[in-house]
Amino acid sequence: MSTVAITSPGRPRGSALGHLGWVLRHNPLTALASAGTLLLCLVAIFSPWLTPYDPIASDVQRALQPPSAAHWAGTDQLGRDLLSRIIAATRLDLAIAVSAVGLSFALGAVVGAFCGYVGGRLDRAVGRFVDVLMAFPLFVLAMAMVAALGNRVENIVIATAIINLPFYVRFARAEVNVRRNLGWVEAARAGGESHAAVVLRYLLPNILPAMAVQISLNLGWAILNAAGLSFIGLGVRPPTPEWGILVAEGARFITTGKWWLVAFPGLALMLAVLCFNLMGDGLRDILDPRQRT
Amino acid sequence: MAQAGSIARTAGRAGRRLLSSAPALFGVLVFTFLLMRVLPGDPAVFFASGPNAGKAEIEALRAQMGLDKPIPEQLVRYLGDIGTGQLGRSMTTGQPVLADLRERLPASLELTFSALLIALLLSVPLGVVAALRPGSPIDHGVRLLCALGVCVPTFVSGLLLIYVFYYLLGYAPDPTGRIDVFAASPPNITSFLLIDFALTGDWAGWRAAASQLVLPAVTMALFVIAPLARITRASMLAVLGSEFIRTARSVGLSRPRVIVTYALRNAILPVLTIAGIVFSTMLGANVLVEKVFSWPGVASYALDALLASDYAPVQGFVLLMAAIFVTVNLVVDILYGIADPRVSVT
Repeated sequence: MSTVAITSPGRPRGSALGHLGWVLRHNPLTALASAGTLLLCLVAIFSPWLTPYDPIASDVQRALQPPSAAHWAGTDQLGRDLLSRIIAATRLDLAIAVSAVGLSFALGAVVGAFCGYVGGRLDRAVGRFVDVLMAFPLFVLAMAMVAALGNRVENIVIATAIINLPFYVRFARAEVNVRRNLGWVEAARAGGESHAAVVLRYLLPNILPAMAVQISLNLGWAILNAAGLSFIGLGVRPPTPEWGILVAEGARFITTGKWWLVAFPGLALMLAVLCFNLMGDGLRDILDPRQRT
Repeated sequence: MAQAGSIARTAGRAGRRLLSSAPALFGVLVFTFLLMRVLPGDPAVFFASGPNAGKAEIEALRAQMGLDKPIPEQLVRYLGDIGTGQLGRSMTTGQPVLADLRERLPASLELTFSALLIALLLSVPLGVVAALRPGSPIDHGVRLLCALGVCVPTFVSGLLLIYVFYYLLGYAPDPTGRIDVFAASPPNITSFLLIDFALTGDWAGWRAAASQLVLPAVTMALFVIAPLARITRASMLAVLGSEFIRTARSVGLSRPRVIVTYALRNAILPVLTIAGIVFSTMLGANVLVEKVFSWPGVASYALDALLASDYAPVQGFVLLMAAIFVTVNLVVDILYGIADPRVSVT
């Protein structure tokens, strides 16, 4: 618990890096989650060299084998090594989540920041649009968009980005709104900066740390979302390895007891989301210890 | 007199909230309409008699479906239809969408209500226990459970539950649908199977329907325990630290009395709000659970229609979901106003 950590003496003030080190030492869970995220990224980057077998080479002789020393996670209905497929899928899943969240953060933060800064008619119009998006069941909206735009990976990214957009717009708007008349913003304006420069070079960097929490939490959600879409047959198509598809393929064999086909891709999904979520919680502790629930 | 005044205030509040959500609902309508028009594939070709249907036949179908008109005109016609309560006709089932939705909505509602009930029964005690001893192993345990709960996607937890309770232990029935194919359905009174069975006193049937319902409901509940337990804990912590609790303790009231009667009753309001949001999200996120358990609800109906480029059911479904979303928010609002008269009119 950080209630202990907050009151503990000897909290260093000053360098951000030192503070980060201090927080990681006192929040072993956050440290572990950050290490897990790093590991996940490394797996994603080096996946072609890490897979013990070819992830799409089938061998019907060895179909549906339970986990063994040769195949740690077992084999699927075509005899493909499940562990290799899970490792190969890491890159695609992370790429989808990172690009979707990056896209919606970039767009949402800028639009939200300008709305909060300018206010007035623009603010109201964007607010209405965001309200409409929020009134949709979001997963259904994503489904409909992928179906409408076409069954491709880019469209999962776009759909996931759009359903994440409202959170960033609202967040950035609220954060900028409370800062727009503060002294240092006035000072920047008085110093001759244009309105656009004030928003982009002063206000946005200032709200960035607070948004980092949102980004980390959203990454987990984006992974779940993308996997859910491919699970119901939208987006990524087999035989491309992707965690949601691996689960969907395994679903057909669950009533005959082939548990590993669902359990291991599910575990990969769970660990990825867990790492991002814990890291987000940890970031929030670093930035604002009062917000804990 | 004060009672009447507060009821009138609550009604006024509800009315204003309803009015303020009208533009969002309208936006949902238009947005869905446009989205459905960009769906790939021409529904007229899809529903023509065969792959080599004549051009004339396709044109006739297009005219029959109103697809030959310009998009703005189609939109106006669509809005007019909705105004008169017509949601169009599903091309896959051949029935009016309204009838289809009415037939399938109870299945989704029954599932979601049960899931919410299970989730509340588990999460409120968990949150209270965690709040009573913040920082204790129990508190950490609840936190861990919450952290894990939101990380397991429903389609994975659902499948693993099927593996354990159907394949390994044999407790659960074949995980397909609401009721066993060979079992007799109850007379249709409320369309909620559990209530209908209970009303007719058919307890064997009730048990069969309940055993079909348990696994999907638990799957959904697991995913939403975390937000509910977290908010219960936070809200309980705030209330437990307040002066009236200290007073209640100091005058020697029993511990359960202080916790349940005084603290929990005051702490439950934020839980109610989150429960409302959770309910609406669950209805929308049903798609995955309904697919895993072949549950004949509205979400799986919309998914099938979506994959078949069948506009009308998807539009009807989204409209229904948005309407339920608004209604649930309204109900939560009213409950909130009744439970806590201090809530200001906004």
